[in-house]
Amino acid sequence: MEKILDLKYTYTEKKDTRSGFGDGLLEAGRNNPNVVGLCADLIGSLKMGAFQKEFPERFFQTGIAEANMIGLAAGMTIGGKIPFTGTFANFSTGRVYDQIRQSIAYSEKNVKICASHAGLTLGEDGATHQILEDVGMMKMLPNMTVIVPCDYNQTKAATLALVDHHGPAYLRFGRPNWPIFTPSDQKFEIGKAIKMIEGKDVSIFATGHLVWEAVVAEAMLREEGISAEVINIHTIKPLDEAAILESVGKTGCAVSAEEHQVNGGLGDSIAQVLVRNMPSPLEYIGVNDSFGESGTPTQLLEKYGLNAENIVKAAKKAISRK
Amino acid sequence: MEKKSIDQLKKICSQVRRDCLRMVHAVQSGHPGAALGLTEYFVALYFQEMEHNSNFNMDGQGEDLFFLSNGHVSALWYSVLARTGYFSTEELKTFRKISSRLQGHPATEEGLPGVRIASGSLGQGLSVAIGAAQTKKLNRDNHLVYVMMGDGEQQEGQVWEAAMYAAHHKVDNLIAAIDYNGQQIDGPTEKVMDLKNLRAKYEAFGWDVVEIRNGNEMEEVLKGLEKAKSLTGKGKPVMILLYTEMGYGVDFMVGTHKWHGVAPNDEQLENALGQLKETLGDY
Repeated sequence: MEKILDLKYTYTEKKDTRSGFGDGLLEAGRNNPNVVGLCADLIGSLKMGAFQKEFPERFFQTGIAEANMIGLAAGMTIGGKIPFTGTFANFSTGRVYDQIRQSIAYSEKNVKICASHAGLTLGEDGATHQILEDVGMMKMLPNMTVIVPCDYNQTKAATLALVDHHGPAYLRFGRPNWPIFTPSDQKFEIGKAIKMIEGKDVSIFATGHLVWEAVVAEAMLREEGISAEVINIHTIKPLDEAAILESVGKTGCAVSAEEHQVNGGLGDSIAQVLVRNMPSPLEYIGVNDSFGESGTPTQLLEKYGLNAENIVKAAKKAISRK
Repeated sequence: MEKKSIDQLKKICSQVRRDCLRMVHAVQSGHPGAALGLTEYFVALYFQEMEHNSNFNMDGQGEDLFFLSNGHVSALWYSVLARTGYFSTEELKTFRKISSRLQGHPATEEGLPGVRIASGSLGQGLSVAIGAAQTKKLNRDNHLVYVMMGDGEQQEGQVWEAAMYAAHHKVDNLIAAIDYNGQQIDGPTEKVMDLKNLRAKYEAFGWDVVEIRNGNEMEEVLKGLEKAKSLTGKGKPVMILLYTEMGYGVDFMVGTHKWHGVAPNDEQLENALGQLKETLGDY
């Protein structure tokens, strides 16, 4: 399918977004001596090995004890360190919600909670590990910034941007090899959405791995004579409301696309903006109040309705509701 | 800080207890029991043993740091902070009231000097203190980090994650303490969830343990703290088991969990203040 489509973005390489984090962290460590890393027995999975090797004194193995890791990180900020914690998204959020809430968010600590293996694309490990509620939990916390980059390059850029951003932040990324379609020299501006493709009939607001699916969907829609605008919402909080309103002001309808529950996700945030300012049809691509299961990433995105074909259907439905 | 005589410290304890009772009474809410029990320890730390700067700076480099994990003892901490010059004693009047910096449980949001982390949800302070202690090591800052926990709080799993970590990583610039009063909200700890032998537990986890058998006797508290300090820098974290009596200093409050979270009424306040005559001047 992708081969015959006239895609606005192409790629020569696929890589996991977690590697973008690992490489970004290493560079951040070289740039700033205050950057420290903590990991709860998942150094390989989080790609934190290079940082650990180069900065052993600034790396802290916590063992399988995530609550303690969150508290340690909060404490390490006192005296000027910039801690990056690493574990799976499930153990980075739901397991330690109260620790994040009290010791980091309410206490306004400069901790970067870095979470891999988020969403369905974790794949074969199944629903216990495929967290689909993390963005909702994190965006509800006052003081928390929530970032979900779309590919290797953007994850690396986001990791580096977080060093200079003061305050609690949640960075979500994943495990599968995924097209690298954004530039390696991009400037990552927290809270500033990126217009990937200009269009006039429908706005597709996508985040994380689904930005690529949105790029594919745009080409499919174009073949049918529909002009879609694709916007990469890499920062879910603070949300770039101006970019959303500017786009929907032009297209008149929208689709949100994310690897997360519809309840509490990016789509909900966009709906709030539209309802308050510019009531417009909005269709949601996301998981509909269910847990995931084992399977390959591609199979799972298809079964749960999160791929390009489903974005195309949602876009047509949104247009029909104008 | 200039050395104070035992008599001076005892006088301060009386005043701090008066502050705690008056604060809790004024708003008819708060936790007087453990505050009264921990008064000697807090006064010993802030007026004698810790090297600290009341011209508050969040990063606290070049000074000892204190973290309160059992945040419900807030009235005591606020009184001691005010009386060591972190903020005006007048502000104690705002305790637990609307738009105050003196929240029911300590918070950093409004920038209250002396508080470096929010606490109240139990089990988190030890982890935070260990993190701060490791940052001190990275910064080549030779000062100590202190943390206070409750004994009921030892029932939280995170405490033991932190205990394991601190010994493994040789965090030896840390002096933790447990308020060992044997009481918690639902009754005596041995009935609610028996802590058994805390000394043996911490030693098994790789800590040095100091016992202060009478945590309401100033001389003994000072001696215990000196002992704990002498054990720092030797590769192990240090734990103080601080035996206290909840409600100490007021005859009808002492030794029972009933005053954990209950405020005295007018008559009870008057009775209590009558038992704590020494004062430096009420706020």
